[in-house]
Amino acid sequence: METIWFCLVAILIAGYVIFDGFDLGTGAIHMFVGRTEKEREAIISTIGPVWDGNEVWLLAGGGTLYFAFPALYASSFSGFYLALMIVLWLLILRGISIEFRNHIHDAMWKPFWDVIFGWSSGLLAFLFGVALGNVVRGVPIDANGFFFLPLWTNFQPGAQAGVVDWYTLLTGVAAFAALILHGALWVVLKSEGQIHTRASAWVNRSWFAVLLATVAVTITSFAIQPHLAGQFSAMPWGYVFPLLAAAGLGGIFVFHRRGRELHAFLSSCAYLTGMLTSVVFGVYPYVLPSNSDPSRSLTIYNAAAPRYGLEIGLWWFLPGMALVAAYFVFAYRHHAGKVKVS
Amino acid sequence: MDSALAVHRLHFAFTVTFHYLFPQLTMGLALLIFVLRTIALRRNDEHYRIAARFWTRIFAINFAIGVVTGIPMEFQFGTNWAGFARAAGGVIGQTLAMEGVFSFFLESTFLGLLVYGEKYLSPRLHWFSSLMVFLGSWLSGFFIIATDAWMQHPVGYRLGPNGEILLNSFSELLMNPWIPWQYLHNMTASVVTAGFVVAALGAFYLLKGNYPEFGRTFVKVGVIAGCIGTVLMIFPTGDRQGKLVTDHQPVTLAAMEGHFETMNGAPIALVGQPDMDHLALDNPVLVPRVLSLLTYQHWSAQVKGLKDFPRDQWPDNIPLLYYSYHVMVGLGTLLVALMALAAFFLWRGTLFVRRPLLWALMLAFPFPYIATTAGWMTAELGRQPWLIYGLMRTADGISPRVSAGNGLFTLIGFMGLYTLLGILFLYLIHREVDYGPLGEAH
Repeated sequence: METIWFCLVAILIAGYVIFDGFDLGTGAIHMFVGRTEKEREAIISTIGPVWDGNEVWLLAGGGTLYFAFPALYASSFSGFYLALMIVLWLLILRGISIEFRNHIHDAMWKPFWDVIFGWSSGLLAFLFGVALGNVVRGVPIDANGFFFLPLWTNFQPGAQAGVVDWYTLLTGVAAFAALILHGALWVVLKSEGQIHTRASAWVNRSWFAVLLATVAVTITSFAIQPHLAGQFSAMPWGYVFPLLAAAGLGGIFVFHRRGRELHAFLSSCAYLTGMLTSVVFGVYPYVLPSNSDPSRSLTIYNAAAPRYGLEIGLWWFLPGMALVAAYFVFAYRHHAGKVKVS
Repeated sequence: MDSALAVHRLHFAFTVTFHYLFPQLTMGLALLIFVLRTIALRRNDEHYRIAARFWTRIFAINFAIGVVTGIPMEFQFGTNWAGFARAAGGVIGQTLAMEGVFSFFLESTFLGLLVYGEKYLSPRLHWFSSLMVFLGSWLSGFFIIATDAWMQHPVGYRLGPNGEILLNSFSELLMNPWIPWQYLHNMTASVVTAGFVVAALGAFYLLKGNYPEFGRTFVKVGVIAGCIGTVLMIFPTGDRQGKLVTDHQPVTLAAMEGHFETMNGAPIALVGQPDMDHLALDNPVLVPRVLSLLTYQHWSAQVKGLKDFPRDQWPDNIPLLYYSYHVMVGLGTLLVALMALAAFFLWRGTLFVRRPLLWALMLAFPFPYIATTAGWMTAELGRQPWLIYGLMRTADGISPRVSAGNGLFTLIGFMGLYTLLGILFLYLIHREVDYGPLGEAH
């Protein structure tokens, strides 16, 4: 039962990365892909009606994490206190900047909101990567199951590490690059003309960055967290996850060259899913390893809510998510097609 | 430790109070927009369509601020209230996760269609979107009330061997007897806020002479909604909510009423300030026997006073609780009186030319916000010193590793950021009001 909820939370997080991922990426590059006000307007309009719904994956993921693994939610949210407050500020600034740029038609203020939107989007992409890096590396959990992490210390991923060290910096950069690529593929899919050409160039550039970052993150992750290697050798079928990521990354390259825009975008979804599931498979059954005393690690067993709640939760969660899938199909069908620069 | 507790409480109180200024309007307004859209669809009436479109723009601005200030609420359960999250996440995590899955997706998806979709959706599908936004926002309210109701009146749980709180009945959690009245009381209050805001803007347009035809529609819709809402808010919902407090939180009732001595035929205090040094009300203005009547439906029933409850069960800020409650009740009474008067003249057909009354309607819109905020303060201060009534003390709920200084730092940060948000919000609303329903195309 704990494993089922572990998978369901992973699916919600994957949903978040795929959906909000493309609008984070789009936000981060829209200043560069769109040179004029009209072009930027067109790019923003590709995410305008959907970004809010995409962000709900984060809230639903957080809520479900809270419900299924309350001890993890309590420990990690209080332990990453300062980092999460930064995330909150960025989410707030990002939300108001996209709303305000759409409301205030003013030549002086539009670029201001664009800059806020771009920076907050990019920084969020980076910070989510840092967060994932922290989960792999582990944190110094105390005897009561809590910790409190400074933003950074000596940048070494040892027992004294802060939120940011060289390893989590690397995972942050990798996430940033991957979401830039993801966003660029979205813009390619949704645009034509000049924007299309420039976004396409961003795909080419960021693809190589993602390839490099993927290799680097993979090698360092196995070095930092020995549990990963044990997990993959104990259950070799788990190699399907990194293979999915590799196939996705290859697919992006091939399909993008052939101009198969939707296939390239879906490959990017596969890549992101593959990377994320590789991480969660690799750390399983841990949900937050301790880097000071392994016996204090949070696992799906000691962090989970009691059985009864988890079982009953399935009865509303699965139909609920089927409804969500229906809304998304409905909304995206009405949001299909390419935008034009007016 | 003590100061960390105060900081974390203030952190949540400040952010939730600011946050709830926005959903209380959007939940009520979602209903009114749905009504306007329904009239527009059934009569194929362009006037109502424009009115609905205008209020959807106001809705969207409020919704955006509500969303961005709502995210910190969910986060704070973990960041500032980790003790509580770990102890009770298995129970109220259910309702909070359900809110995400069932209402946030619904609301946000269909709001996108409502705002952007009028050009490409059929009128019927567009109307359906307004229904879904209404449904989504009211479901969201339900899950939040279900969460709070469990904290006020925990049900459906058992205690594990180490005192941990274990959910053992999901249906009891969702059918908590505390939910129906608290939910209806809260939702009617939300309709009241929306009614007052819509009526206030209509009154403004009429007084100013701008868009008089829309001014009349807004005043009419606002007054009808406000009148029905204020009545339901007091009776039966407010009354029944009070009965729940009487039955399950008698010490809270005594503190709310400033009732220190146990007596038969207890009076109700209309005015007075709790004096915590002498445990009495200063300069009280009392109406004899009414408290007994209201609580136990009997003129001479006994109402237990604060002094007969153990001191460690008392809410820890009795004066503030007392003032919040009295402000809520006092304003509620004024609001129902104003709306009844306005509805009377609306029925007589002279409301639109009665300028003093239009002035009163225009200036009254902050009061439902204040009354609602005071109501929530009554509920939450009244629950103290418990975080989960009778089960967990508030002091045990905070994050053990987040210091007072860190909490204060981020609290001050939020105060600054929210001030900025407030200014931007007012600016945007001001612009929309200036453009008016027929103003610049968006």
